[in-house]
Amino acid sequence: MNYSKPKFKDKYENFINGKFIAPLDGQYFENTSPIDSSYIAKYPRSQKEDVELALDAANAAKESWGNTSATERATLLNKVADIIEANLEEFALVETCDNGKPIRETLNADVPLSVDHWRYFAACIRSEEGSATELDQHTLSMNIKEPLGVIGQIIPWNFPLLMLSWKLPPALVTGNCVVLKPAEQTPSSATLLMEKIAEVFPPGVVNVVHGFGPEAGKPLASSSKVDKVAFTGETTTGQLIMQYASKNLNPVTMELGGKSPNIFFNSVMDEDDAYLDKAIEGAVLFAFNQGEVCTCPSRILVQEDIYDAFMERVVARTNAIIQDNPYDASTMVGAQASNDQYQKIQSYFKIGIDEGAKVLTGGEANQLSGDLSKGFYIKPTILEGHNKMRVFQEEIFGPVACVTKFKDEAEAIEIANDTLYGLGAGVWTRDAHQLYQIPRAIKAGRVWVNCYHAYPAHAPFGGYKKSGFGRENHVMMLNYYRQTKNMLISYDKNKLGFF
Amino acid sequence: MERITITKKATEVLEILKEKHGTLIFHQSGGCCDGSAPMIFEKEDMYLDESDVLLGTLNDVNFYMNRDQFEYWKHTHLTVDITEGRGASFSLEIPLGLRFFIHSRLLSAEEETFFNSKQMH
Repeated sequence: MNYSKPKFKDKYENFINGKFIAPLDGQYFENTSPIDSSYIAKYPRSQKEDVELALDAANAAKESWGNTSATERATLLNKVADIIEANLEEFALVETCDNGKPIRETLNADVPLSVDHWRYFAACIRSEEGSATELDQHTLSMNIKEPLGVIGQIIPWNFPLLMLSWKLPPALVTGNCVVLKPAEQTPSSATLLMEKIAEVFPPGVVNVVHGFGPEAGKPLASSSKVDKVAFTGETTTGQLIMQYASKNLNPVTMELGGKSPNIFFNSVMDEDDAYLDKAIEGAVLFAFNQGEVCTCPSRILVQEDIYDAFMERVVARTNAIIQDNPYDASTMVGAQASNDQYQKIQSYFKIGIDEGAKVLTGGEANQLSGDLSKGFYIKPTILEGHNKMRVFQEEIFGPVACVTKFKDEAEAIEIANDTLYGLGAGVWTRDAHQLYQIPRAIKAGRVWVNCYHAYPAHAPFGGYKKSGFGRENHVMMLNYYRQTKNMLISYDKNKLGFF
Repeated sequence: MERITITKKATEVLEILKEKHGTLIFHQSGGCCDGSAPMIFEKEDMYLDESDVLLGTLNDVNFYMNRDQFEYWKHTHLTVDITEGRGASFSLEIPLGLRFFIHSRLLSAEEETFFNSKQMH
């Protein structure tokens, strides 16, 4: 089944204090679709004053929202999940239009996963308990978790609704109010969600402010009216946000990307069976979501004795990828999210080839016809080289994998860890010892073992090294959005006797 | 000899930003989303120290990169260019609908000797 571009209004507004409000100085920016560069709609080009308005609304709401029961908050999260689920196709179409990713993915991954994250955190808060310890027969130490207050969240454009659904539910369910800034490349699904859930939360609990990073993102990240900032993006902005947080002595969480190794040991080719087929697909997953994934398995490491045979099949599978109109249900790889990404990826092809990398497939833009000729399509690409090349060290954020060989376990681990980052990694082997030992030796927060690119709620996700800190998708997140009130209670009627 | 240079088109944008914001710096970002691209900020905005390497000065604007990252980049020559685009960082050119990005090439043998046979400060 094939779809087409969804309908939009001409203009959208910020969502502040339960209402859609125009930016104070009346400026908007034009949002376009990377599928064909066509116009989508105008979104507010907010300034500091708009962010302040949202922060004031959030601060005014935090006292009463923080005092609602966990039952009430969980019920509202479940309501949001039901609303997204009931409108799955509408959300999927808007997401595909805004981001350029295939409708196959938004229908089956982005939107259903988003629904599940709302439900997961609703369940978490209902099943947890506080703690109390009797320190001696007269003294009780009781720990009560209290919300931080107001959270600033800045989310990226690669999975707009899903990243929102990773960040909003744990903050809201713990009793915080949120001001969220979507990425300016992809403001649409956050806006659609606010339209659908406008009545769900009390005014001021959820606020969405659109605009550009330096004009709206920075005032949000640096405001003394926020109690915490959560950010997904890149290292320089990560450093800036931490600087601003240091001025306010605020906590932050950071998810800053990676250059994830995907390691294939020779036992994967012991049989030509379903498992080998899965492993080949596992290598080709670098092209998933046009490579615009923080954990893109962008370094393929293959043991030397199976290298030629394995890569022949990986290249053949890559060449079978259908890259076409993202609204077609058969399309597997769509458009890059913006022109600057499209240009950046091509500049990496140049330096890769300059450094001596060999193009095994792809290595250029894909000129599609008709309206799509104005879109940003890059052919799924495999470059062969060595780990010191810049294409092996930098996050290209395109459908580009770099492949190299290794001799033995020690060399595989050495190459895997020779990177500034440590977000994800993949290990593929039939050897039971390697299945445990190799993941333990890799310095990354998530190691997929005989699988890749699964992001279920209930499995913590986050980085080592320059990939950031903090974990998402897991019950442990509740405490990232709370502080501990310790009540130390004496049940002793007798005085100390000091004075 | 320079490690880094800038295109004429990018220089024009740089001048517009200097006019508006005063003294600026470039910092090369790494990581996901809008990473692997140079960002431009007001000089006071970013805390710089010995963990940042000064690669060069482009029309009075210093270009820095984190030292760890520089270790993987030091064999290449960089050219700052500008393209239409929409980044999601705090880089100051974004409201203009433009994004700085980098073209790279290998250093020539002569440049390699000049830059990398001595310690870079």
